[in-house]
Amino acid sequence: MSAPTTALTNRGTRKTTIVLLGSLIPVSLLVGWQVLGDLGYISTLLFPTPLTIAEAFGKLIESGELMEHLQISVTRAGLGFLLGGGLGLQLGVLVGLFRQTERALDPSVQMLRMIPHLAVAPLFILWFGIGEESKVLLIAKGAFFPLYINTFLGIRNVDNKLFEVARVLQFSRFKQVIRLALPASMPNILLGLRLSLAVSWLGLVVAELMASTSGIGYLMSDARQFNKTAVVFVGIIVFAAVGKLIDSFVKLLEHRLIKWRDSYKG
Amino acid sequence: MSATNLLHIQHLSKIFHSAKGDVKALHNIQLDIREGEFVTVIGPSGCGKSTLLKIIAGLDVDYNGTVSLGGRTVEGPGIDKGFIFQEPRLFPWLTVERNIAADLSLRKPEVRKKVDELIELVRLKGFEKSYPRELSGGMAQRVAIARALLRNPKVLLLDEPFGALDAFTRAHMQEVLLDIWERNRTTMIFVTHDIDEAVFLANRIIVLKPRPGAIQNVIRVDLTFPRKKSSTAFQQLRYKVLGEFDKIEELELVGGAGI
Repeated sequence: MSAPTTALTNRGTRKTTIVLLGSLIPVSLLVGWQVLGDLGYISTLLFPTPLTIAEAFGKLIESGELMEHLQISVTRAGLGFLLGGGLGLQLGVLVGLFRQTERALDPSVQMLRMIPHLAVAPLFILWFGIGEESKVLLIAKGAFFPLYINTFLGIRNVDNKLFEVARVLQFSRFKQVIRLALPASMPNILLGLRLSLAVSWLGLVVAELMASTSGIGYLMSDARQFNKTAVVFVGIIVFAAVGKLIDSFVKLLEHRLIKWRDSYKG
Repeated sequence: MSATNLLHIQHLSKIFHSAKGDVKALHNIQLDIREGEFVTVIGPSGCGKSTLLKIIAGLDVDYNGTVSLGGRTVEGPGIDKGFIFQEPRLFPWLTVERNIAADLSLRKPEVRKKVDELIELVRLKGFEKSYPRELSGGMAQRVAIARALLRNPKVLLLDEPFGALDAFTRAHMQEVLLDIWERNRTTMIFVTHDIDEAVFLANRIIVLKPRPGAIQNVIRVDLTFPRKKSSTAFQQLRYKVLGEFDKIEELELVGGAGI
């Protein structure tokens, strides 16, 4: 009777050990940082202590400011991603399936891909104003390419033998896309999705720093101007946390959608 | 056996064009196959047996001559000509039952019913929800056969389907296939390079010779099923096919010496 209980406790202690080992470096860093800051060895203006940052974090949450800005940022990134990523996926499928579309579209797309965000940002403001449109479009521009390229590649990597099977089984053109091309290129599409989401989230900074009165990016640039370094750190932490959350979501999706793959898992 | 003529091939020739020049793959093939027949096609490599099968399937339409199935000229691939490739070619992201259904919906009761029957027929009960990576080679090939049979093909074309399997699995697969044939009476055209397999399965064996691919001889097999590979009658037929192979070899040598 006692054997399984000990085994369970053993597993429990082992888990605790793993967590303790993993947090050893970050925790000692934070403690060291706090102590050095309190003793005045490092400038609290450039490196506000962890406690100050936590305090700023608490204040921003209390006033509802953080949630408000976060909501605006997430909406912008989401809209931009849906617009750019959606278009990238559709064009990627078209270009992947038809050689003619590839010849007509791909060279132009590849040219546009090489134009940096910062180069078109002023133009977007000129064309669409400093409202939401220019920001969402800038994010969409970034989100478009990873999904486009990876979907295209994914479809071109589908085993031609399976297309031969689809011909023998008389799949309709539509079924060839949804029952063969898309599921077979799912690993690539999900990689594109992951990259597109990341680019959307990162593009947010450019979009919100250029001309904006709201969003996490604005919160940070505003804080920087008034030397509220702690708030800048809060912004960085929020960016990292939300980014990681998005990435974990895609990984979960990957786990569910391509579990059929028989590949090396490390 | 007054069954109607199903497949009609007349003056079939095929030339492969390549940068090094033209290669004649098939020359003046004449062949009629009746409904419900089990025909095996055998010959040395390069005799064009796979090419012939692809032409019948409609996967290759660049040829001279006529090929008609059920009175209609073959113009392209389709579900009336089931095709089993050497590899199972299953969709790796679909379970066994979904692979068999492929583009059809399992939610339709008539599809569901037939898929269940076929799973029983190819002896895969209990593996409905398995993924292709979890199947052995023989099991995967049985899924491919069920997938073709679900579409009620007029003819099942098999291109060395058991070539990659070990001897025991292969013997088992031959029995499964004969069982299916006896129940459904689907016309079978089976390409192989294994003489035992050709004799074991066929009503008729078409022996092809290479360069260019042409019919060397057609051998009737009147043995009753189930056949025993060790029986004298079986061995005699085996020698007959081997004799044809010897003739082909002699012809090749003479041809070679003549140049």
